[in-house]
Amino acid sequence: MVAMKDTNVVQAAPRMGAAHALPPALSVAGLTVAYGEKPAVFSVDMTVAQGTMTAIVGPNGAGKSTLLKAVLGLVKPLSGEVRLFGLALSRARDRIAYVPQRASVDWDFPARVIDVVLMGLHRELGLLRRVRPEHLDRARACLARVGMQDFATRQIGQLSGGQQQRVFLARALVQQADLYLLDEPFAGVDAATEKAIIAVLKELQAEGRTIVAVHHDLSTVRAYFDHLFLINTRAIAAGPVADVFTSENLQRAYGGRLGEAQLAGGAVTG
Amino acid sequence: MGAEFVALSLPPLLIGILAAVTCALPGNFLLLRRQALIGDAISHVVLPGIVVAFLLTGTIATLPMLLGAAGAALLAVILIEGVRRTARIEAGAAMGVVFTSLFAAGVLLLEQSDTSAVHLDVEHALYGNLESLIWLDATGWASLVDPVALSGLPPELPRMALALLIVVLALRLMWRPLAMATFDEGFAATLGLPVRAIGLGLVMLAALAAVAAFDAVGSIIVIAMFICPPASARMMTDRLGAQVGWSVVFAILSAVLGYVAAGYGPLWLGYDNSVSAAGMIATVSGLILGITMLIGPRRHPAGLARQG
Repeated sequence: MVAMKDTNVVQAAPRMGAAHALPPALSVAGLTVAYGEKPAVFSVDMTVAQGTMTAIVGPNGAGKSTLLKAVLGLVKPLSGEVRLFGLALSRARDRIAYVPQRASVDWDFPARVIDVVLMGLHRELGLLRRVRPEHLDRARACLARVGMQDFATRQIGQLSGGQQQRVFLARALVQQADLYLLDEPFAGVDAATEKAIIAVLKELQAEGRTIVAVHHDLSTVRAYFDHLFLINTRAIAAGPVADVFTSENLQRAYGGRLGEAQLAGGAVTG
Repeated sequence: MGAEFVALSLPPLLIGILAAVTCALPGNFLLLRRQALIGDAISHVVLPGIVVAFLLTGTIATLPMLLGAAGAALLAVILIEGVRRTARIEAGAAMGVVFTSLFAAGVLLLEQSDTSAVHLDVEHALYGNLESLIWLDATGWASLVDPVALSGLPPELPRMALALLIVVLALRLMWRPLAMATFDEGFAATLGLPVRAIGLGLVMLAALAAVAAFDAVGSIIVIAMFICPPASARMMTDRLGAQVGWSVVFAILSAVLGYVAAGYGPLWLGYDNSVSAAGMIATVSGLILGITMLIGPRRHPAGLARQG
């Protein structure tokens, strides 16, 4: 599926795939990131076509989050190039939205749910512009999309893990991005939240937007995503889930650490 | 009563209030960023800064003192970051190492240099000289509108007022990015916000507050005001704006109650001399923190009120 969103962005050196008229939502070439001496991500190439929904999957410490952070410019790579919609990150910022790991922030921060969602409107609000009813309406609408409309004035520290994750998603929704990058959006959330989040992500995809999520649950890869990127420091395999989600590829990614049951439940069947 | 109050008590009281508020404002964000010790560090390294400035210039004129203190604060921030990265130890330990070393170096320098002719000593550095900031030209409330008398105001007063003005304006401008970078630095960075510059800007603002306040009131008040009023305010509310508002209230309350208690408290208790206003203001701010921890509506220690 190819996004039909009209775009007047000048495409700097677009690298077009044969089947796509649009530049990829995300392209990564030769990306290497290291913390200290050991590379966390080594020489990774990755292409994400517009309008797809991709899971980044791999064992713990495989560099999944690091890859995402390097794409977003949050960690500095040793080498490699990242392009978003054919553009450098600095020119594509208003087209991307990031949903960090829930556990990466201090939820004791003195803010209400609506305050957090309004952070997603920073590009419009700037330093000093007044928050208008229109902004509040949009923030509330995004909260409603994730089923959190009744929690707008709740202190964020009083939310459950799943509710916190929904608030993060609402903050990304209000950004109206073309590419959504999510880090473990289903980690530690309740089943209802997981359902709500995946429903919203599928809606986003239906609107032509692109979704890339770090994902850890092999049993839901097939149901949730259409593309898969397997990584274990190096890229292991990439492509449509139907082609890539095989027990052979998973064994290579997980280095034999994967239980037979997981393989049976995830890849071989279905 | 009027004339005596205006000449002897009003200026130190105002300077105490201004210093308390100027430090408490950036303290709110330092606290939320778990950098409260930065204020502690900065107020300690101010001492070697002004000693070096004195050794270089031979005077205790305001400008060299401020520049020396600001330079030392900057040096400390760089050293802390350097120690943290090269030694890979946590920020709190890095701060502890840097500011105690620099403060100790300042004490040694001070001992070795001939400062007998000027008002520069360790005691002054710790407690300031709040009580001595009197306004001899004042003859009563009317002096407040008398330009000649006003020109005799202790220079610390306009200097502190200017520092407060700068802190207020800068925080107003930085408010949203600072709040975002404090709550969720990764997200803020993806919006294109310069999160490192924001963090450094806050530290520089704290340094400005510390340097300006240090001269007038000493480092005890500076350290207490960076932490106690914001921490008390956090117990009162779950909203950032309200927290900052409460911290201003508590800072003013500490300054006023502390000053009055230091000046008159011992008299009331039957002693005939007063105690250090700086020490009493800091003590009162600690008492306020204790009270808010017991009865504040949001008195949960960070993390305990979470549900799964």
